[in-house]
Amino acid sequence: MYNKSLNELSAALHSGEVSSVELTQYFLDRIKRYDGEINSFITVTEEQALASAAKADKSIAAGQAGKLTGIPMAHKDIFCTDGVKTTCGSRMLDNFIAPYNATVVEKLEDAGMPMLGKLNMDEFAMGSSNETSFYGAVKNPWDSTRVPGGSSGGSAASVAARLTPIATGTDTGGSIRQPASLCGLTGIKPTYGRVSRWGMIAFASSLDQAGVLGRSAEDCALLLEAMVGFDEKDSTSVERDTEDYTSTLSKPLDGLKIGLPKEYFGEGLDAEVGKVVEAAIDEYKKLGAEVVEISLPNTHLAVPAYYVIAPAECSSNLSRFDGVRYGYRCEDPQDLTDMYMRSRGEGFGSEVKNRIMIGTYALSAGYYDAYYLKAQKVRHLISDDFRQAFEQVDVIMGPTSPVTAFKIGEKTDDPVAMYLSDIFTIAVNLAGLPGMSIPAGMVGGLPVGLQLIGNYFAEGRLLNIAHQYQQLADWHQQVPAGYTD
Amino acid sequence: MSLTADEVRKIAYLARLSIQEENIQTYADKLSGILDLVAQMEAVGTDQVEPMAHPQHMTQRLREDVVTESNQRDKFQAIAPATEAGLYLVPKVIE
Amino acid sequence: MAWETVIGLEIHAQLATKSKIFSGASTAYGAEPNTQACAVDLALPGVLPVLNKEAVRMAVKFGLALDAIVPSRSVFARKNYFYPDLPQGYQISQFDLPIVANGHLDITLENGDTKRIGVTRAHLEQDAGKSLHEDFHGLTGIDLNRAGTPLLEIVSEPDIRNAKEAVAYMKKIHALVQYLHICDGNMAEGSFRCDANVSVRPLGQEEFGTRTEIKNLNSFRFVERAINYEVERQIDLLESGGEVVQETRLFDSDKGETRSMRSKEEANDYRYFPCPDLLPVEITEELLNEVRETLPELPDAKRQRFISEFGLSEKDASEISANRDIAEYFEQVATGSGEAKMAANWIMGDLSAHLNKEDMAISNCPVSAQTLTVLIQRITDKTISGKIAKDIFPDLWAGEADVDALIESKGLKQITDTGAIEAMIAEVLAQNPSQVEEFRAGKEKLMGFFVGQVMKASKGKANPGQVNEILRKLLKA
Repeated sequence: MYNKSLNELSAALHSGEVSSVELTQYFLDRIKRYDGEINSFITVTEEQALASAAKADKSIAAGQAGKLTGIPMAHKDIFCTDGVKTTCGSRMLDNFIAPYNATVVEKLEDAGMPMLGKLNMDEFAMGSSNETSFYGAVKNPWDSTRVPGGSSGGSAASVAARLTPIATGTDTGGSIRQPASLCGLTGIKPTYGRVSRWGMIAFASSLDQAGVLGRSAEDCALLLEAMVGFDEKDSTSVERDTEDYTSTLSKPLDGLKIGLPKEYFGEGLDAEVGKVVEAAIDEYKKLGAEVVEISLPNTHLAVPAYYVIAPAECSSNLSRFDGVRYGYRCEDPQDLTDMYMRSRGEGFGSEVKNRIMIGTYALSAGYYDAYYLKAQKVRHLISDDFRQAFEQVDVIMGPTSPVTAFKIGEKTDDPVAMYLSDIFTIAVNLAGLPGMSIPAGMVGGLPVGLQLIGNYFAEGRLLNIAHQYQQLADWHQQVPAGYTD
Repeated sequence: MSLTADEVRKIAYLARLSIQEENIQTYADKLSGILDLVAQMEAVGTDQVEPMAHPQHMTQRLREDVVTESNQRDKFQAIAPATEAGLYLVPKVIE
Repeated sequence: MAWETVIGLEIHAQLATKSKIFSGASTAYGAEPNTQACAVDLALPGVLPVLNKEAVRMAVKFGLALDAIVPSRSVFARKNYFYPDLPQGYQISQFDLPIVANGHLDITLENGDTKRIGVTRAHLEQDAGKSLHEDFHGLTGIDLNRAGTPLLEIVSEPDIRNAKEAVAYMKKIHALVQYLHICDGNMAEGSFRCDANVSVRPLGQEEFGTRTEIKNLNSFRFVERAINYEVERQIDLLESGGEVVQETRLFDSDKGETRSMRSKEEANDYRYFPCPDLLPVEITEELLNEVRETLPELPDAKRQRFISEFGLSEKDASEISANRDIAEYFEQVATGSGEAKMAANWIMGDLSAHLNKEDMAISNCPVSAQTLTVLIQRITDKTISGKIAKDIFPDLWAGEADVDALIESKGLKQITDTGAIEAMIAEVLAQNPSQVEEFRAGKEKLMGFFVGQVMKASKGKANPGQVNEILRKLLKA
């Protein structure tokens, strides 16, 4: 049961082979059994999950159910859930019971999916290893001494260990794709503006985008279909019809033009990881695709530009956490300034403070042009690189992460080394393009991800390209040892 | 690019973040490292380049001027650190 | 030394939208604390702003009225600072690309001259909440009902040279925003308030002196007093060898002085940057044209027209055109009755007196323009006298709408029949033989006595002109 696809689960629910309550209980039991070790959940909402499962069973019995009805899932703890603790992985929100639902939460609730709980993450989504969470590091199910990636580390680890069939995530600089890569999952970050950001706690507003971490492209397509769509509550939401991603999954790839950016295969890339990625791309040739080398000449500037833009936006976005209306307030503030300083100083962890300070500095008088304005211009150059590339090719492929899952603690004292984990993913967010990571092989028993980057709104095409590969390869079917019974 | 301890104190105050005195140097080192990374941008000329604030080339959508929200004070204040008579309480604001 | 004062005003006008600039919460004044602060206004985690169309239209309207530039693209920026009445930790405002730029306004000085004041810009932004300093065990209470109310900040050039000019400019903007129906202008409720930037420099010096900013002046009187105090304070300071410190100051209306705001002692670094939650606002030609069509005739044009078309004096025309509703009311009565001067007198006289007494706007006036028109017509067609009209005005105010029915039911129709008047006069003369003697002996001022007696006998209904005429004839006989 744990390794079934969403389509299989849906069929089992509709045929009466299993009820949603049974299925939900089954995954709740797996969480109880395994999550002590992995630490992927911050909150498990057992009662609520079973209640909505019972409701789902009624809809199924009444013949009013959709494809996703009754299939349990879990949300990254960055999405506000009405009446349920929503922490964003931070002490700042340890006591925060969200008083409203994110649009994504609302949509999946409407689709009839019981929510198993809220998933661990890097604090305010700032991290690439899930070590910055106030609720402790998440362990990679493939090797519990290693990180699952971040910031959607809880999402990745929980799906990898099959504690939930599928999970939501968010991706600001690689936070879906990199953990998907490190945990052997399929992850998709759609085009910026495709999924509503309403109720998704902001890290960097012009980069943040919600998406999915699942077993397969087919699973991701099913969930993403239910998540996307225009939302009048989000000014940056794109007015565009929803799409049927599942119906185009099986389109043949004859004549597909794949671009390989030479910058993604040079310095910084682990040689073994590189080989796995190249092998996967060779498989695409068998599917009728043509591979050409391309150049994204400003790739090396993506990380520098990102570490101005994202901190600048976050320094402002996180100003609302001031201890006045919700969240953490320090004990016995001496005066107003003391309340601000200590509530924020004690409520935020050190990586969040690093980023707030970098952003504050970059926006401050005398530095704005040299940092923020410069970064926005570089962002334009990076975006232009992709625009030119997509005049030649249909999809860009390369590694998701330069290395496989690294050891817990390995990079915690060196933020710059940590930031370079995202060298291949960050440019996609700067441009606002859709990106995916799919499992493409193993190095030393650890998963390697292949990254697919599409043109704007090419989610359907990306899922199709990923799905076709998953018809040949079975990396996505593999479950880490120790979680198979 | 290297930030001094004083600069870190100034930035931390601007961002209203209390930082233990013994950690100031660690922050200074880490932030300086990040600024060195960021400084790579200097190598590229951008005089003729327009800044890009948003990924999509869209313009702001406007909503109709309609009141859609109703009073939810009790629900919102249930999660507040300190309230009285419907007001949020904070240490005395001196003007 | 002779000093010159340099003043620039930043006026904050709350726009009269129903909902807030970025949320669907009500902007109504006076609700229970925090009952009109929705998730967006409270800056809950994950909320997002969506711009109110009406706020944009109102700002555009203001720009067109000022003959300013309304650029096709404007951008919202975040102004970052911490304050308990600012839930986001930043104010969404506009920085380098405001919605209105480069306008101007002509004010009339005390000597009658006209002076042009430049309006640098007007931009849209969010209002903050309110801090209540009553004693909550030594704490401050925060009410966020006002947070997110749309504001138009109107920034003048430093063209103003004294407190009187500042007040004249502020009054003119005050009248204009009400004219445009974009702000209710209620200063007591804070819908219209201003910050004054004040500096002094030796007369003839080109370079500006160091300025101070006086915050939150919410009456014309306070603007005048605060500026005068501040100018004097700065001159005293400079003449005694001191220096003006650039700072924010508060006006204490009880003491009549400005004082430094302690809470903002450190230099602010607002770290403006484009708000990533909002996209650039596009002002299309269509929108401009649409708004242009809703633009009313503006006060200056109306004043001129009232003079040329209705023959009003400069003074009357100014007074009547200052308020759009009054001007429109006047125009209806003047056109309907054909008696512009009388209409103006009635409106500035009895009508205004009643409105003022009940502190009522003309839009709520119980006497409609139609009713006043008929009343004036009945004076001109001699159905009633002006005196009777004044007497029955309170009945109209109390809700009687049919002037003719009222005249009829009260039997107030003027007596114009010569025979009837002659009979009444004959009776009055017969009853007062000694006065008739005296009059004929030359005591002509008794004329008033006879008129009074006749009017009394007719219960005020006799036409006074005819009474005079016939009296004179009969007395001389």
